[in-house]
Amino acid sequence: MSTAERLLRRIGRALRVARARAWPLLQAMRQGAMSGARAAAGQGQAMPEIPGLPSGLKREQPLIPVDSAASRALVAVIAILTFLAALAGGAAHMVATASSEWRSAISNEMTVQIKPDPRRNIEDDIARAARVFRGAPGVAEVRIVPRAESDRLLEPWLGAGLQLAELPVPRLLVVTISRSSRPDVEALRQSLRREAPTASLDDHGLWVGRLSTMANTLILAGVVVVLLVTLAAGLAVAFATRGAMAGSHDSVEVLHLVGANDAFIAREFQGRFLKLGLEGGAIGGLSALVVTVVLGWISLSWSSGPGADQLKALFGAFEIGWTGYLIVVSIAALVALIAGLVSRLTVQRHLRQMA
Amino acid sequence: MVRFEGVGLRYGMGPEVLRDITFSIEPRSFQYLTGPSGAGKTTLLKLMLLSLKPTRGLINLFGHDVTRRQNDALSAARQRMGVVFQDFRLLDHLTVYENVSLPLRVKGRDEASYRSEVIELLRWVGLGERMHSIPPVLSGGEKQRAAIARALIVKPELLLADEPTGNVDPTLARRLLRLFMELQRLGTAVVIATHDLNLMDQNDARRLVLADGYLHVDG
Repeated sequence: MSTAERLLRRIGRALRVARARAWPLLQAMRQGAMSGARAAAGQGQAMPEIPGLPSGLKREQPLIPVDSAASRALVAVIAILTFLAALAGGAAHMVATASSEWRSAISNEMTVQIKPDPRRNIEDDIARAARVFRGAPGVAEVRIVPRAESDRLLEPWLGAGLQLAELPVPRLLVVTISRSSRPDVEALRQSLRREAPTASLDDHGLWVGRLSTMANTLILAGVVVVLLVTLAAGLAVAFATRGAMAGSHDSVEVLHLVGANDAFIAREFQGRFLKLGLEGGAIGGLSALVVTVVLGWISLSWSSGPGADQLKALFGAFEIGWTGYLIVVSIAALVALIAGLVSRLTVQRHLRQMA
Repeated sequence: MVRFEGVGLRYGMGPEVLRDITFSIEPRSFQYLTGPSGAGKTTLLKLMLLSLKPTRGLINLFGHDVTRRQNDALSAARQRMGVVFQDFRLLDHLTVYENVSLPLRVKGRDEASYRSEVIELLRWVGLGERMHSIPPVLSGGEKQRAAIARALIVKPELLLADEPTGNVDPTLARRLLRLFMELQRLGTAVVIATHDLNLMDQNDARRLVLADGYLHVDG
């Protein structure tokens, strides 16, 4: 073997040794810092296969510590507020539906009242008045209320069994208005005055106006209650969030220092309070639905009593229908969303102040 | 990578605790930050970590002037760093596993994607059996190792460690130092704040010495 061959063999052997020695470090660099560190620390042997995490190991826990007592209190407050808001919203919806039915029923009719006059034949006046309306544009039907029916209307005030024939009881005509076109009320009133001077025409405008004002006031009160309760829920969540921020100051600081930005931290709080809001909203909304259903059953069982008719006249049937249920669910969802949003805004403001 | 120019810091209207601090840290460099207790080592680390703002001077981090930057920009810079706090700063309501994986979770990584990395690292620092424990039941040394693992899990470009071997036995301290040195070789700039002379004597690294609010650079 020549000197040159021996030299080449030595170089080849040295290269193989160098490659073998460098290989673990190259591997470590490929696998990243941790594996490299392990190799450098003399622990480069293959790691045993990593088993699954122990079942008791909590993962995806909220990064902000949860104060369970404060959370339960907040859920209770949100549930109570949602319950009140949902009841107020449901009641406003019930009144709105009932008043719409009143207005539709009353405004589709006019009443003609003919007062008795000893100098005139009232039956002739009734017939002439009926002729004024029959065939007039916008009038669908004219019904002469029989004397017996008029007398029955007086029974609640005068009692039954009285001989009303001797009393000057006015007679009534009920005029049903066409749905397609409205009549010219003023022209009809003048014609009526000419044909039957003792007759008067009531288009129920005053009554409808008063009922509408009352119903609108009740609806407005319901809406205001919903808004106030929502505001109260928002303020409760804002205070709770500030409390949670104060209690989690260390956690927030650590999150900042490991690279979390304000939006990330705000999301953590928002998610937590949205969950609490949904929980409280669901409890409150569900309770309101149960109470509405129970009150509906109770009102049905009382429907034979004298007060039930008055209540039914004012509020309609004690049921809120699908729209009402939707309103209750929407209020619960709104309260939950406000809880999430308010907590996010509160946290962002607090973090800006910290900065 | 890090450049301080004439940085000063005072708390409120008090005297300056750090004065005219000027130095730079290069990529893949290794340095000790040392000085007597109360000299301001932790304060200087906090300035590097951007959790304190200087009252004067300029701080340039990863090529950006961060002195007047907003929170979100600072968060992006912090995601490129790993920090070991002297008081560990572990979240007591999270398990060791969750604490160590926190920086990855903050980055938006899916849990399944980092599970094996975190477990491997926890085993390496000797916390494989304690990964489901919460910090209040850990010893000081175990908390220290968990804090170190949390800093390393992101493979940071800059590692800031405040007394990282203060609560561990000498054997583990040597292992941790070798780990820090290996990280430096793999591309991480390492700053270790310590007044442990034995630790500093184990390698010939640059020393940033803080005394009376001023910084002197040796080496």
